[in-house]
Amino acid sequence: MSLKEIIAKRAAREIQDGSIINLGIGIPTLIPKYLDATKTVIVHSENGIIGMGQACPRGAEDRNLIDAGGRYVTVNSGVSFCDSVLSFSLIRGGRLDLAFLGALEVSKTGDLANWIIPGKYSPGIGGGMEVAQKAKRLIVTITHTDRKGRPKILDSCTLPLTAGKCVSTIITELGVFDILETGLHLREISKETDIDHIIRNTEADIILPEGELLVF
Amino acid sequence: MIDKTNTLEKAIQTISDGSTLMFGGFGVPGTPFTLIDGIIALGVTDLTLIKNEANEDGMGLSKLIEAGRSKKLITSHLGLNATVIGIMNRREIEVEFYPQGILAEKIRAGGAGLQGILTDIGMGTILEKNKQVVVMDGKPTMIEPALRADVALIHASVADRYGNLVYEKSARNFNAAMATAADRVIVETEHLVEVGELDPDQVHTPGAFIDHIVLLDQLSKEYGILKRHVT
Repeated sequence: MSLKEIIAKRAAREIQDGSIINLGIGIPTLIPKYLDATKTVIVHSENGIIGMGQACPRGAEDRNLIDAGGRYVTVNSGVSFCDSVLSFSLIRGGRLDLAFLGALEVSKTGDLANWIIPGKYSPGIGGGMEVAQKAKRLIVTITHTDRKGRPKILDSCTLPLTAGKCVSTIITELGVFDILETGLHLREISKETDIDHIIRNTEADIILPEGELLVF
Repeated sequence: MIDKTNTLEKAIQTISDGSTLMFGGFGVPGTPFTLIDGIIALGVTDLTLIKNEANEDGMGLSKLIEAGRSKKLITSHLGLNATVIGIMNRREIEVEFYPQGILAEKIRAGGAGLQGILTDIGMGTILEKNKQVVVMDGKPTMIEPALRADVALIHASVADRYGNLVYEKSARNFNAAMATAADRVIVETEHLVEVGELDPDQVHTPGAFIDHIVLLDQLSKEYGILKRHVT
């Protein structure tokens, strides 16, 4: 299983029965295949789908059914379609229970930077800023370090922010971290790593649980 | 009976150099590819374009930009179009980015006869720069002016001859708001029915907003399945 699949599989366990969720591009789009079939989860897609299903099997594509990243998708029973105004009313109006986004950087206080590297990468804002700012709970799914091995979880972001103090939880291939008033708390650790490795690869200070450290 | 059907050439003839145009569509679904081809053939330039994204390289709105017909693009995200990002980075076109739902809401406000909206989206980020900020309910919010166009170009699945429209699945996207937010609104439609045939409760955009209907006699390849997005 690739690192991204490991992260997506662990992230899927955070989703509660009956919730309305939104998935950003990248790792979050891998989450639906790991959803617990006993749970009812309503997946919202910014382009106007409330009740999106899985990625569409080859040969069954509908030219009018894509997700926000352009992939062909299926829809679940009870789906509804809406226009972009209503789709973002759901987001900004506070109906989104949980969202998963990727990140370039996350700070220990929950600041998120994921849309621009000035002078290098600026494809636009998309729907991410509104999702980050208004979802009731935001989980960032990222590889723990970037391609050069530098930490993505920082004391403070160096890049322009998408939104400040918006991230609740960070899930990487190494661990699950909750951002609380008291700081960055390690809740769960991968069986493939150890605490020293996580500390070496995280710029921000990590607070260990007082009780048992769960393993995934 | 009012019949707004027209030829493509006549429907778009008021578009001229310097026009501001808005286009429905989010990716392929809902993009009026045939109307865009008509505008390219018309030869107009210095256009200001408004669309969620610029389609993908070599398709739809991207073709207008690649042909050098546009001075400015107002959009949300260009992540699937490296060509237009290159044109933007070389400063051959001015690009204004907005959060996607704020772009939609600016258009909605324009269509609703409002002057703008107040929002806290982007407060505390670089989006705040050069924005007029007011305090509302004790919270700083920015003013986003409403957005209208000279002409809106949209795509429907079904239209009746008066212009009552039905969109299909995820092709509704920006079409519904844009249909309200321009001085002239042109729809291309896959199917045309007689007045009275649509169930009034199922109409997504009332025909009162529509000026011209262009019936598509066939769908070009651009409307079809994009191989690179097949899993």
